[in-house]
Amino acid sequence: MNAFPILRVVAKLLIPYIMLFALYVQFHGDYGPGGGFQAGVIFAAAVVLYALVFGLKDAQRAFRPNVIEVLVPVGALIYAGTGVISILCGGNFLDYQVLDHHVGHQLHIPHGQHLGIFLVELGVGITVAAVMIVIFFAFAERGRKHE
Amino acid sequence: METQRRRTKILIKLNSVVTAVDQPVVSEVTQHVIIIPLLGLLSYTALTVARMRDLWAAVMLTGIYSFLGASWMLVLDAPDVAFTEAAVGAGISTVLMLATLSLTSRTAKPPSRFPWLAFVVVTLTGGALLYGTIDMPRYGQADAPVHNYPHPSYLEKAEHDIHMPNVVTAVLASYRGYDTLGETLVIFTAAVAVMMLMRSHTPGHAAEGHPAEERSSA
Repeated sequence: MNAFPILRVVAKLLIPYIMLFALYVQFHGDYGPGGGFQAGVIFAAAVVLYALVFGLKDAQRAFRPNVIEVLVPVGALIYAGTGVISILCGGNFLDYQVLDHHVGHQLHIPHGQHLGIFLVELGVGITVAAVMIVIFFAFAERGRKHE
Repeated sequence: METQRRRTKILIKLNSVVTAVDQPVVSEVTQHVIIIPLLGLLSYTALTVARMRDLWAAVMLTGIYSFLGASWMLVLDAPDVAFTEAAVGAGISTVLMLATLSLTSRTAKPPSRFPWLAFVVVTLTGGALLYGTIDMPRYGQADAPVHNYPHPSYLEKAEHDIHMPNVVTAVLASYRGYDTLGETLVIFTAAVAVMMLMRSHTPGHAAEGHPAEERSSA
């Protein structure tokens, strides 16, 4: 892709904002449209764009495949773990009401339902982003071998 | 007291919709300028994709189809769904399809004979779906099942229960948390399946040794 300076410059400009937008969609999902699923896909799209323009090798140096692969189950575990914690707090599985607490009100630490949804969406976002990146890497690696 | 007041407010809102049901919910201009061209483009794109032999162009057109679909969802006031459709349908799946094309050929093989069985199945399914739309309530009708099931109390209570303005997020992540956990696990499973299928043949991993492969090559 060295032959396309315009693509490289435009991609370099866009990628940070795509990632920022993904984070916005992730953490603003409670108030506007969006949530973990959309945010994960948008974040993965930024990584895919990086890999398409700057090459798979550079992309894998920035986003190490072994780290991304670990993140795939980590997101799902955060989700299920939230459920287990709410059991340990005396509620039902994924019953966020029991996550209510009375510390950190001044620090704007969310509580109750809000905290539960925040954690769950975070888990979804991490898993979706990691899965999309892993699948893209798998296809792209295979393609490189065929060349 | 507060819930009572909100309940009355919502009931009033519902009643105003019911009384307005004689007038079409979308204005005529919207219908002629946005909805009809959008749906026309959707079906035209779908037909073009079906008739196409050049797979690369077909993949690009499926991306366009998803994008039109996302615009359609937005017209239907479903920004969350439109968001997902644009990101997944037009974005990621187009890239994955192109990556798949780079592993195979760019043109589809012409069928040796007319696929009668597929044609009959598709015609029957399409006919059944069209027949089903006859029974559907008019778009925007207030007493349509979609507005009454599940119970509208979700809309009434979500703000009090969850303290969250976006009811879609509240339903997905809290009321229906089990379902979303299942969806996340489905995506996780997809990644595991792709990794198992695609990874076993890459050079780095083959060198580490797959017992079965080593035996067959020896």
